[in-house]
Amino acid sequence: MNMYIPPEYEVVRDTERCIACRVCERQCANEVHSFDADTGKMTADGAKCVNCHRCVCLCPTHALKIVKSDDTYKLNANWDNQTINEIYKQANSGGILLSSMGNPKPYPIFWDKLLVNASQVTNPPIDPLREPMETRLWLGKRAASIERDEKGRLKNTLAPQLKLEVPVMFSAMSYGSISYNAHEALARAAQELGTYYNTGEGGLHRDFYKYGKNTIVQVASGRFGVFKDYLEGAAAIEIKMGQGAKPGIGGHLPGAKISEDVSQTRMIPQGADAISPAPHHDIYSIEDLRQLVMSLKEATNYEKPVIVKVAAVHNAPAIASGIARSGADIIAIDGFRGGTGAAPTRIRDNVGIPIELALAQIDQRLREEGIRDEVSLVVGGSIRSSADVVKAIALGADACYIGTAALLALGCHLCRSCHAGKCNWGIATQQPDLVKRLNPDIGYKRLVNLVGAWKHEIQEMMGGMGINSIEALRGNRLMLRGVGLTERELELLGVRYAGENM
Amino acid sequence: MYIDAYGMESRALNDAVRACGEHSITIAHCIGQRYLGTALSDKALSIEGTPGNALGAYLNGGSIRVHGNVQEATGDTMNSGEIAVFGSAGDATGYAMRGGKIFVEGDVGYRCGIHIKAYRENKPAIVIGGRTGSFLGEYQAGGTIIVLGLHTDGLPIVGNFCGTGMHGGEMYLRTAQVPARLPVQVRAERVAALPEDAAALVREWCALFGREEGELLRCAYLRLTPDSSNPYHQMYVGN
Ligand code: SF4
Ligand code: SF4
Repeated sequence: MNMYIPPEYEVVRDTERCIACRVCERQCANEVHSFDADTGKMTADGAKCVNCHRCVCLCPTHALKIVKSDDTYKLNANWDNQTINEIYKQANSGGILLSSMGNPKPYPIFWDKLLVNASQVTNPPIDPLREPMETRLWLGKRAASIERDEKGRLKNTLAPQLKLEVPVMFSAMSYGSISYNAHEALARAAQELGTYYNTGEGGLHRDFYKYGKNTIVQVASGRFGVFKDYLEGAAAIEIKMGQGAKPGIGGHLPGAKISEDVSQTRMIPQGADAISPAPHHDIYSIEDLRQLVMSLKEATNYEKPVIVKVAAVHNAPAIASGIARSGADIIAIDGFRGGTGAAPTRIRDNVGIPIELALAQIDQRLREEGIRDEVSLVVGGSIRSSADVVKAIALGADACYIGTAALLALGCHLCRSCHAGKCNWGIATQQPDLVKRLNPDIGYKRLVNLVGAWKHEIQEMMGGMGINSIEALRGNRLMLRGVGLTERELELLGVRYAGENM
Repeated sequence: MYIDAYGMESRALNDAVRACGEHSITIAHCIGQRYLGTALSDKALSIEGTPGNALGAYLNGGSIRVHGNVQEATGDTMNSGEIAVFGSAGDATGYAMRGGKIFVEGDVGYRCGIHIKAYRENKPAIVIGGRTGSFLGEYQAGGTIIVLGLHTDGLPIVGNFCGTGMHGGEMYLRTAQVPARLPVQVRAERVAALPEDAAALVREWCALFGREEGELLRCAYLRLTPDSSNPYHQMYVGN
């Protein structure tokens, strides 16, 4: 017996406005809308609706809205509808619950409890419209020995660096989990913005080698698409040890999503599952990690920085300390709200820790150990605005990764159904008819708009603080104050309570 | 070109190999230098001694011959080319190989051939003369692993957890005994003789190491293949 699960959302159509043009019917890959020839009217089956708002946005007369269904089980603060429905789903199928995008649960968001300083009277603000305001920065190892050649000139002993015009990069999203057009938009935007996008663990499509200077390629346990040209074509190489949305869980792209093109890019057969388990079975220690870091450097003639990406988990500071000693140039830390194309619900919603706390503690630990300059820190999961970026940098990050925010710019409406592969916005899908809905010419401009606007906002906030270079904001926790935080939280974040003096 | 590696640091040795314009390079007195031959595509390296970890990582063509044993992670993510070890190999040999061939005269350690995958004309192959440690061919997604079992220490031909998570490719074990605790999604069947492509690999192995091929080609093998290439198909329910 399959228990009937009432739909979560209802499609409401204003019949006065609806002209039965059937746009919604064509736009919905979930086949919610249909036309009833007998009555000449549109009907909708809310049970199939994932609330992606595609129809709402495209309806020419704005006749549609999606509302939360008010059907409810007997109200219960412990057993809410969602919890009960999940039990029914599992009893119906025997399956592991699978979700996508970031953790939607109401955990505290520390960004929203941090406030940024501004200068008044004695230390005047700087007007970014008048004065140069530097958002450019470099990622990589800063610690270098001073060596001179035989003529006494300084030798360049600095490790390779990544130059960013703005402290925001696009985080790892593989071709396969997102579409070709989404990748093209990200790559072109990264190029125009002077920043980087990240291939994820899905290989690099032949067409995108031309964006190599703005590309970070990923190496995960399955090594999909990893070969000489891939490594050499990139600006930096990221070893994926973990991901914020599913710490301790690997990637698994079902065979059904491995189209001809995706198979070529990943360099695996079409239709077979692509499994990259959480553990790298050749890495059981920092020494083993060092071996992979060094073999990648060796393969690319020590010309490219190597990033090690880990999920923010309980031991994050100790792990980061190990990574800083592994030869890696950059550590990327992904918080528990990071997005994903598919993750077991229980993992996404219950594993990992907030990025704010992980970042503050990692920066602190690396400084205490005198190795902060051995690595740069990049944080993600989730950075939602330029204010989050400013706060992250003040807490100790060098730069941020954005994933969900970038997809939102491309049209994503956070329906959290990426795992179904039928993204009506042409992002998390490989269906050609859906992919072509995302126009990369428009998409890349929207990304440039978003990050460009953030850059201006960052400059304004920096100016307000009287800081004219992003590097001077890094780890400057005196620029932050907490509100609504406990003594312990303030201590872990290393910030004072609002109202406390310098 | 001849390089005496005695006392050389890994990086200096690798730089010397990279800088060398000649096709054939002989490295003598190798003692544990790592990452030798990384991502090379057109050289013939001949190594005497014991190279360190990650020999021939990302190898993209050409050949590496080692007259001695090799350590861990030989041929990691190798794309094409050939590595021949006139001795035994350590753990994680051929990790995530996508193409090319690895021939080992003696035994290999744990986690040999895990994550190996085939892609179009690239069909990775690992042929092992002796026996293997545990976790042989874990997550194997393609390619061929052959274990000849010519070892004489009486241990089983493969260790525990052979083929866990295997979802493509094939293994041939020269034994009648099905590996202990073979996962349910891996099928084991006896084949009276090797199919031609596998036999060709065994002939290559014999030619390299100067062994008689007759007996090795005439006998029966145990063939391991996955039941399905989508092993996790039914595990999930959308939420
Ligand atoms: S799934 Fe999307 S397009 Fe389809 S009815 Fe729901 S909101 Fe509209
Ligand atoms: S990418 Fe597409 S499927 Fe995924 S949450 Fe956004 S709109 Fe929904």
